[in-house]
Amino acid sequence: MTKTLLATTSLAALFGLAGAASAQCTIEGEGSVRILANDFQALHAVVSRATECASDSVEVTTNETTEHKDIQVAALSTDPAAYTVAVVANGSLVPLLNEGLTRPLDDLVAQYGQNLQESQLIRINGEIMAIAFMANSQMLHYRADLLEENGIAVPTTYEELLEASAALREAGVMETPLYASFLPGWDLGEEFINMYMGSGQPFFEDGSAQVAINNEAGIAALEMMKAMTEYMGPDMMTYNSNEAQPYWENEEVAFMTGWGSRTAAFIDENGAVPEIAAATEVVAMPSWGGNGIPATTLWWDGFAMAKNISEEDAAASFQAMMYALSPELVADPEVAGLAAWLVNGYEPQPAAEGVIANMQAGAAPYPMTPYMGLLHTALGDNLAEFLQGQESAEEALEDVEAAYTTAATEAGFIQ
Amino acid sequence: MPHRTFSLFILPSLLAMLLFVALPIGSVIYQSLFIEHEQIMVEVENCGPFGCTTERRVDAEAMAQLRAEEPAGRWNGLGTYFNAGHLAFERIGQIWDRTETWGQFLDQAMNLPFYKALGFTLAYTFIVTPFVIILGFCIALGVNALPNLAKGPVIFFSLLPMIVTPLIGSLVLFWMIDSRGIIGATLQTIFGDPTLSLKASPTLTWVTLFVYGVWHSAPFAFVVFYAGLQGVPKDTMESAMVDGASRREQVRFVVIPYLMPLVVFIALMQLMDNFRVFEPIVGFSAEANATSLSYLIYSDLRGQDTPLFASAAATSVLTTLGVIVLLTPVLIRTWRDFNRKA
Repeated sequence: MTKTLLATTSLAALFGLAGAASAQCTIEGEGSVRILANDFQALHAVVSRATECASDSVEVTTNETTEHKDIQVAALSTDPAAYTVAVVANGSLVPLLNEGLTRPLDDLVAQYGQNLQESQLIRINGEIMAIAFMANSQMLHYRADLLEENGIAVPTTYEELLEASAALREAGVMETPLYASFLPGWDLGEEFINMYMGSGQPFFEDGSAQVAINNEAGIAALEMMKAMTEYMGPDMMTYNSNEAQPYWENEEVAFMTGWGSRTAAFIDENGAVPEIAAATEVVAMPSWGGNGIPATTLWWDGFAMAKNISEEDAAASFQAMMYALSPELVADPEVAGLAAWLVNGYEPQPAAEGVIANMQAGAAPYPMTPYMGLLHTALGDNLAEFLQGQESAEEALEDVEAAYTTAATEAGFIQ
Repeated sequence: MPHRTFSLFILPSLLAMLLFVALPIGSVIYQSLFIEHEQIMVEVENCGPFGCTTERRVDAEAMAQLRAEEPAGRWNGLGTYFNAGHLAFERIGQIWDRTETWGQFLDQAMNLPFYKALGFTLAYTFIVTPFVIILGFCIALGVNALPNLAKGPVIFFSLLPMIVTPLIGSLVLFWMIDSRGIIGATLQTIFGDPTLSLKASPTLTWVTLFVYGVWHSAPFAFVVFYAGLQGVPKDTMESAMVDGASRREQVRFVVIPYLMPLVVFIALMQLMDNFRVFEPIVGFSAEANATSLSYLIYSDLRGQDTPLFASAAATSVLTTLGVIVLLTPVLIRTWRDFNRKA
């Protein structure tokens, strides 16, 4: 699968120049384009291009908000739907699919999707249900200059990462060189899921919604997270990915597990502290326990379209998105540097290296199982006490299991 | 007043109560008795940029039909109230069986989500309320003794904590207690402990939230007491002075008895307000160490992809019961006073 992506991106590079000819957005027919999206730089680049399609016959409105996940189901349930396009990730597409709120895109892809590549099409039972346009995952950010000065090799496993942190501390460079998003809630849940992915074990028992993390791999994953806290700052339980940058720029941390979609800001040499940005590099997430699998999940960001909309609106919206995702999007070097684009015409940039390295090393995508979200919440709510030393790993996993089972029973997944 | 006039007189407010209080409560109770239908699952092949996998998926059409037939969901009776997320009788039983001492039992029982939240909510209510009353009273006495010229500005500044939106107020304090913020860093220096973090330690988080609660609500008590002080009868005060009462005795024997009904009023309002503590927990990112009943409702509704309405409804009903239990003693007292006067 990695090969397909690499092949398509390099092919895309070849054809990219040819595609860059058309500059104007022209939409056949009339209609209304209403886009709901998450709010970060790379998505903003896509959405703002789609707004260029507004004309006398086509109306384009957008809502970019970090709360998109909480309103999307309600917004697409109305008839006609409040939005025609929902920008989603593999995790947030699931609630829409559960309620059957999105339409298959096969006809639109056949008619308007000349620029799309096979790897962008999200097929569920053969039907195209979404179009992916960027890949994302966590990667290890590190300060190359500090590692070099202290003769430390770039860590490839969590065990080495801990040793490297200890070495930096001993050398008196930094007291708390590690940063990972341990804020209880979504962030902490994601950290555990990433770590557990590194064990290669499944989250659920085969063919059922019964959770299967209360095992040796789960305990080992928790112990590894606990070991990390030793090298993290005193306020680590409030660390999240939004607040990492001040710590990084203030030279308080040397290693950070962070999202590819945010890397651009960390390596931006026109930013607040160019010398630190220049010394910041990324590699694949470390593995642990001798499994060799990067402890991370792979994500894609893409868009799906509402079922309850008119054919005209659907056609107009799809064309607007196709214009937004044309090779010209990534022809702008600034935009190309924002993410690991899956778009035709993209050549891998530093921000994408970590994602591609993760894929090559065998990281798996975030599970699109309908009850994964419930487990994610249960994890986010119940691991903090263990990390602060008030509970054993077994107790923490027992709490997670109880919270998840209660929620999954109420949601009808477990009888 | 004739009965007819009386009925007509209170009819609008009765109607409003029915519409905006009784009906929603009834609806919440009804919702708490149902849970989602059993999900009908199908296996699907799912292909994307990272290859193909076989995954289980909800059969949306079959579910839509089920929901059309029974929109309220599946009858669950009081099941939601007793599950592990709420009263958790079953888990309490297990904990009882496997623990030997009361200490261990309480320790583990208080780790169950509902009891943990209840524990913090009660602690917050019973610690913040008396401090708010005492502090508010002291500020009112102090301000009342100031020369007239200074009163205006002092009153304005004393009211500031209440004017600031709770969420903003807590965020401002949150940054100040950061280990690199002005308060956090100062405390680290005073105690000579670089790992000291008001955000990490559960005890210190609780203390921070309590202090914030008092800071935020004291102006309310102050305003009420200050208004009350203006009405303290001058002749009683003067006779106390003539009798040689010191300032302390004047406060103890004249002012406090006169302000007692206000104390009951503030206690009532504060008990209700503090029992539904919520914003500071979000503002201080304190969910790791302190959750309240309101926070549980919030996280049931907003924590995951699909809201858990039954769970949230059950917690709401339990919270309402809690408020009733809390207010009963105060209400009984007010009722007795009322009867005595009549």
